[in-house]
Amino acid sequence: MIEIQEITKSFGDKPVLRGVDLKIDTGESIVIIGRSGCGKSVLLKHLIGLISPDSGRILIDDEDITSMRDSDLYRVRHKFGVLFQSSALFDSMTVRENVCLGLDEHTTKSGEEKMVIAKDKLAMVGLSDVEDLKPAELSGGMKKRVGLARAIAMDPQYVLYDEPTTGLDPIMADIINELIIRLNEQLDVTTIVVTHDMVSAYKVADRIVMLHRGVIMFDGTPAEIKNTDNKVVRQFIEGRAEGPIKPVPIGGISLRGDRSG
Amino acid sequence: MITIGFNSLPIVLLVGTFTGAVSVWQTNYQIEGYVPVRFLGLTTFKAVVIELGPVLTALMLAGRVGASIAAELGTMKVTEQIDALESLAINSVRYLAVPRFFATVFMMPILVIFANMIAILGAWLVAILFLGISTQIFFSEIPHFFHVHDVMSGLLKALFFGGAIALVGCYIGFETRGGAEGVGKATIRSFVLSAVLILVIDYILATMLF
Repeated sequence: MIEIQEITKSFGDKPVLRGVDLKIDTGESIVIIGRSGCGKSVLLKHLIGLISPDSGRILIDDEDITSMRDSDLYRVRHKFGVLFQSSALFDSMTVRENVCLGLDEHTTKSGEEKMVIAKDKLAMVGLSDVEDLKPAELSGGMKKRVGLARAIAMDPQYVLYDEPTTGLDPIMADIINELIIRLNEQLDVTTIVVTHDMVSAYKVADRIVMLHRGVIMFDGTPAEIKNTDNKVVRQFIEGRAEGPIKPVPIGGISLRGDRSG
Repeated sequence: MITIGFNSLPIVLLVGTFTGAVSVWQTNYQIEGYVPVRFLGLTTFKAVVIELGPVLTALMLAGRVGASIAAELGTMKVTEQIDALESLAINSVRYLAVPRFFATVFMMPILVIFANMIAILGAWLVAILFLGISTQIFFSEIPHFFHVHDVMSGLLKALFFGGAIALVGCYIGFETRGGAEGVGKATIRSFVLSAVLILVIDYILATMLF
C-alpha cells in the first residue's frame, strides 16, 4: 500500500504540490489526471524518491521513504517498475540489454536465463524478434512497449506509468491501454497511471484522482467523475477551453480565476 | 578507456608534434646569441615534460572528453535515462560517473607520456631539419640536467587534470536541464570550467612541486 501524506513541493518560488494526501491500495489501478504542468509527474517521481518533498511523508508498505538512507531507498525501488513519458530507453544498448539491465545489476542469473526472461517480458508486451535492435530503430509505440518490458522485468509490485499514451496514434494508445489492464491482472500489481488522456483514464482506472493547483481536487470512480458537478473537473474531463480553469504557464500555478472548484 | 584514451590519441599526438615544433623554434629565437645552442634541446625538453605536455593535453581532453561526458550525461538527464537508471535501483553516479572518472584519471598520464614523446620528436625534427642543429648537440645537455622529479611532476599534474575534467563533465552532465539547448550549454560550461580549473590547478601544483 502507498500512503502520501501532506506532501508539499516547490521549485524556486513556484509551489507545485501544496499538501497532497492520497492512499493507494494494493492491487488497485489508479489514474492521476490533471493539466500539463500541474505536478502529476512530480508526484509520480516522489513515489520512488527521485524527487524529495519539502514536507510530508510517503509510506511504501509502511516504510517512510522520505527519511530513508540511500541504500534503503534503492531496496524499496526494487518494488517499482516505471514506464517513463519518453520511454527513456538507453540509446547505447540493444532492446535486450535495456530489458535485462536490472537483472544484470541485481541478480546472479545466467545469460541464458536473462535471455529467456527478456523474451518472455517482450512477448507479454506484444513484441518479438526485436532483442538485437537499438532504440533508434524502434517506432514510438515499440519504444513504449520495450520500456514497459524493462519496467516489469524484475517483477515489481507497483508499476508506474508516466503519460503512457502521449505521442501515440489512437490505435497504439489503445494497445497500450489494453496492455496496462492486462499486466495489472496478469502480474497482480498495483498500477498508477499519470495522464491527461481521458480515454485512457476511463479505460484503465478503478479510481481516478484529479490533481489541480497542487492538491487533490477529485477522488472517485470513473462513473463518479463522469457525473460530478464540480465545474473545474467537468471542464477538464470534457476538454473545454471555456470554464473556471484559465490558461497557466507550463509548470506554473494560475493565480487568477478557477477558485470556484 | 578506449573512448577516452585510445580514441583521443590521434589529436593528442598531433597537438604534441606541433607543441614540440613551435617550442623549439621560439626557444631558439629567444636564446639565440645569449645561451649556447646545446641547451636548446634541454630547455625544450623541460618545458614540454613539466608544463606544455600535461597542460595542452589536458586542454585537448577538456574539449574532447570532458565536453563529451557532459553532453552524454546531459542528454541522458533530459531524456529521463538517468531517472530510469535510478528507478531500476541502480545508483546512477556509481554506474555512469565512477567509471568515467577512473578512466579519465588513468588515461590522462598515459596520453601525456605519448604527447611528451611526440613533442620531443617534433622538436628534434625541427631542430635538425630547419635550425641546423645536430642530433648530438640537441640531446647533449639532457642527460646532465634530467631530473626524474620533472617528469613525475608533469605526470602528477596530469592525474589532477584528468580528475578535474571528469568531475566537471560528470557534475555538469548530471545537473543539465532544459532539453537540447540545455545540453549545448552544458557542453560549453564543461569545457570552460575544466579549462579554468586546469590552469588554476597547474598554478597551485607548480607552487607546491617546484
